[in-house]
Amino acid sequence: MRHGPRGRLVGFAYLAPALLFVLAFTAYPLLQMAWMSFHNWSLLSPPRFVGMANYERAFGDTQFWVSFRFTLLYTALITPVLIIGGYLLALLTARNTVLRRLTRTVVFIPVVIGLGVSSLLWYWLFSSDFGLVNRALLDLGLIGKPVLWLGVDATLSSVAISASVVWKVIGFGMILFVAAIQAVPTEVVEAALVDGVSHRQRVTRVILPLTARTVLLVTLVSVIGSLLAFDQFYIMTAGQPSNETATSVFYIYLNSFPYLKLGYGAALSMILAATILVFTVIQLLLTRRSHQ
Amino acid sequence: MRRRGSYLVAAVCVVVCTVMLMPLVMSVLASVKPTEEAAASPPTYFPHGFSFDSYARLWDYQEGLPVYLANSLGTAVLAIVLTLLLTVPAAYALARFPIPGKEVIFVVLLLALIVPYQALLTPMFLMFAKIGLTNTLLGLAVLHTAIQLPFSLYVLRNSFSAIPRELEEAAIVDGSSSWQALRWVFIPSAVPAIVTTALFAFITSWNEFLGALVMMSRSSTFTLPLILATSRTETSLGGTDWGMLQAGVTISIIPCVLVYFLLQRYYVSGLMSGAIK
Repeated sequence: MRHGPRGRLVGFAYLAPALLFVLAFTAYPLLQMAWMSFHNWSLLSPPRFVGMANYERAFGDTQFWVSFRFTLLYTALITPVLIIGGYLLALLTARNTVLRRLTRTVVFIPVVIGLGVSSLLWYWLFSSDFGLVNRALLDLGLIGKPVLWLGVDATLSSVAISASVVWKVIGFGMILFVAAIQAVPTEVVEAALVDGVSHRQRVTRVILPLTARTVLLVTLVSVIGSLLAFDQFYIMTAGQPSNETATSVFYIYLNSFPYLKLGYGAALSMILAATILVFTVIQLLLTRRSHQ
Repeated sequence: MRRRGSYLVAAVCVVVCTVMLMPLVMSVLASVKPTEEAAASPPTYFPHGFSFDSYARLWDYQEGLPVYLANSLGTAVLAIVLTLLLTVPAAYALARFPIPGKEVIFVVLLLALIVPYQALLTPMFLMFAKIGLTNTLLGLAVLHTAIQLPFSLYVLRNSFSAIPRELEEAAIVDGSSSWQALRWVFIPSAVPAIVTTALFAFITSWNEFLGALVMMSRSSTFTLPLILATSRTETSLGGTDWGMLQAGVTISIIPCVLVYFLLQRYYVSGLMSGAIK
């Protein structure tokens, strides 16, 4: 009964709502975005075809490059901390003892809360006059007067925001690394023990190579996430000083909504989507290969 | 030697837990400081008094906390319902029916994995404005469903595919329709996957910020993170009301942590199948 023309029809009927939904709310916006990127459009005046002008403008736009470079720098700063830190935490907690399980659970808690909300929490902790970070650093004698962490200096802002995001997402990598480490066959580890290798050698020569694929995948997921950063910067620095900490997504948001340069915003979105696509394709190729 | 090592591990574990919990504990403590203490500079570490004043101010802030809670919760519930209504039947079809071009359709359905929604917000906003979905919970739920759909479909399809055919054939012999097979065989057998799907839809919707910022311009339709982000810059006394802000942070965090503790098993397994396929 599931086969033949009737089965196909029934199957398609089950599939149709989801397919229509994706066509309407993902595929159509994608096509419209591509179309918009070749037009100038401000909502107030009708769209006007401008060819590649929006793209040419982007490449000559200083703020586009400032945002792009800043996003890449932020990604380069935070990714190694997340991956190495997450892996060390996984090595610490991979065995199933009560304390280690508890540590895993605790480290993972911030992953389930919202990035917007965690940014509001850290916005307070890093506040120069009302935040506990400065209070603690002053009490420890590490600083002489309150530091203006957020929105005054781009480097200090990145450091503060990165610290908050590391706290928020380090558990994500850790939990996946734990799963990968636990999946390493015990015979392999025991064989290494019999051979009398040190703990460090066991990690570098046995566990690390056998979990390398997971490390690579988590790195990709994490890079994609960082390239799309918005909430933490919108909330903690609002792009200040003078849009130096406005990330790529932030700059798209500024152009499309407050400035209403819809065509230009669409061209910037296309460039971002293409950048992300490179990383997604690598990720899909890697996952696909592991299935075969 | 071994013993010393295990003490060291224990000590490191305790330090890690302390560092990770500290910000959350401090936020909760700040939210119960009396009004004056919460606004003090430099701040106190531990409350010298105890009061729910910050929560009271949040309760009455602008449209009032109940409105924002209802908006966040309403959007999340709609997003869960929409996600399940769309992906359960679709996953069933993908797992069991001979549909021409199935592979291509599957890739189209996973389109949102390839194109980040952050890049699609401008055209989506225009479309929603045209069909009257901006400033509505349904509109925001549609956006959250679009974000969540590929993950749900993937998890559910895998779960349905793993159900033994004998189970289903037994039901068919009894003369049941494909709908009955879905209702009485597939859905009951895939409860863990459905719970995982609902859980992730909830977390995504409850926490999502940028989409809400773009789609909701009327303060009566703001979700919780949105009104809190607004409150950080505009408060009655000129400065930020830090106590109220942390009360809001605490309230936003509670459902996520609660759901996580109750459904930890589903959370971790969902992450395994979703993030790293």
